Amino acid sequence: MSGFIDLHGVSHRYGGIQAGPEGVLAVEDLTISVGRGEFAAVVGPSGCGKSTLMKLVTGLQFPYAGSVTVGGEKVSQPVKIAGMAFQAPTLLPWRTTLENLLLPLEIVQPHRSELRRKKSEYVARAEKLLASVGLGGFGAKYPWQLSGGMQQRTSLCRALIHEPQLLMLDEPFGALDAFTREELWCVIRDLHAARKITIVLVTHDLREAVFLADRVFVMSSRPGRILVERKIDIPRPRDLEVTFTKEFQDIVHDLRGHIVQARQ
Amino acid sequence: MTRANMLIRLAPWLFTIGLFVIWEGAVRIFQIPEFFLPPPTAVAKAFYEYWPAIYRNSLITLEATLVGFALAVGFGLALGLVIGWSRTIYAGIYPLMIGFNAIPKVAVVPILVLWFGIGFVPAVLTAFLISFFPIVVNVATGLATIEPELEDVLKALGASKLDIMRKVGIPRSLPYFFGSLKIAITLAFVGTVISESIASNYGIGNLMLQAQAQFQVPLIFAGLVALAVEGIVMYWLMAILETRMTGWAQRSGFAQN
Ligand SMILES: Nc1ncnc2c1ncn2[C@@H]1O[C@H](COP(=O)(O)OP(=O)(O)OP(=O)(O)O)[C@@H](O)[C@H]1O
Ligand SMILES: [Mg+2]
Repeated sequence: MSGFIDLHGVSHRYGGIQAGPEGVLAVEDLTISVGRGEFAAVVGPSGCGKSTLMKLVTGLQFPYAGSVTVGGEKVSQPVKIAGMAFQAPTLLPWRTTLENLLLPLEIVQPHRSELRRKKSEYVARAEKLLASVGLGGFGAKYPWQLSGGMQQRTSLCRALIHEPQLLMLDEPFGALDAFTREELWCVIRDLHAARKITIVLVTHDLREAVFLADRVFVMSSRPGRILVERKIDIPRPRDLEVTFTKEFQDIVHDLRGHIVQARQ
Repeated sequence: MTRANMLIRLAPWLFTIGLFVIWEGAVRIFQIPEFFLPPPTAVAKAFYEYWPAIYRNSLITLEATLVGFALAVGFGLALGLVIGWSRTIYAGIYPLMIGFNAIPKVAVVPILVLWFGIGFVPAVLTAFLISFFPIVVNVATGLATIEPELEDVLKALGASKLDIMRKVGIPRSLPYFFGSLKIAITLAFVGTVISESIASNYGIGNLMLQAQAQFQVPLIFAGLVALAVEGIVMYWLMAILETRMTGWAQRSGFAQN
């Protein structure tokens, strides 16, 4: 009980507790702990409460039972330190890629009050970040001038620009083709290695989970609980080649077995 | 410019001219009496003969319409923002607004006359009442349809509701707002003319009413044409404004479903 993220015995019902059986019991007695700087992946059947878990951690939803703490503090409002990215890139079409990246800096303190003074510094930071995901020189383009994969990279950059301690990724690569997806795995892997941030990744792709994560959590079908927790001991830095080794595939196979069970 | 493009450019004029030609032809072939349906040539003649009156009254109608429209823009924008801001206010006001919008504005004019007398004021207010609804609805829609995921991203950064409105809500409701102006301006004309033809001594509505009383049917139609021209010009101005202000929405295919 001393992780960066701690959920203990958490139950959450949409529609509020007073909704009773009419509400949707999304997660029940969920306990999970993720250490500082750790990369955790959460897998589970569709509708089992993975996105709900993300919302509970970031303070976008509050449980009726159990406790949620992040960075040692009980979560009672949106956490303010998290970067989030989803399956849909949700960029603002009236802003250029660069302006989209600057959006978090217009909100998060202390950047917010320093934005005007340090504008050029922030722009340089954004451009550097874009370059690091292979989007150097695309800052002036509008989101709808970018491909789906490029938009997703921008969305990732937006989640990182304010250098959050916590990165929450909810199926960020779900809508991408296999090659782009693997490229972005490497982007995330390198970001994690370089910045030591805590990352929680929700995914349907077991290979993705095993390749990226230090630990993989398998959730049961709704109401979601953690069924299995599996440490991935493959040494870092991991190369894409590792996904073709027997060791890797055994882990994936094993996890698949748990999911199949979870769905029943 | 390619041939196809040229044709598209010319199409509005060709179709308009075609309409008048068919109209003229039909009146002549079927020998429709002028007091029933005057041919375009007779309408044009009336236009020419009564030009000073048509011109003066058109300006009066236009003025009332624009003042009513301006009120509708201000009020509609404000109410739309308030409704989009708070679910409670939305829930409370929406049924009222729908009920209000369902009332035929013809029925409201006598009340306005009771309060303000006949003439300019009821015309302005009728134009206002009939045209603010689409503006409110569109602005509120733009605010209410923010992607929940984007809202989550911003909230997890500690964004306040005001932040979300300023950074996302208002910019994204602008295309809806400017889109609604085209509808609102044409409705505003309808409102003005309704009021003028019931309770005014001026304006195109009144001109048409008088022409009707004196059986000057070509003049009635001339009034209609004057209104149509004003409506088209204002619509077109609003469309240009829309493209100018929110070109990004059209280029990105935003909200075009
Ligand atoms: N805002 C909401 N209101 C009511 N019920 C909701 C809401 N969001 C989710 N639910 C319900 O809670 C349950 C868990 O949803 P959640 O989105 O957490 O699942 P998930 O594991 O992320 O699914 P997927 O893998 O398909 O994304 C679902 O049954 C869903 O219907
Ligand atoms: Mg989900």
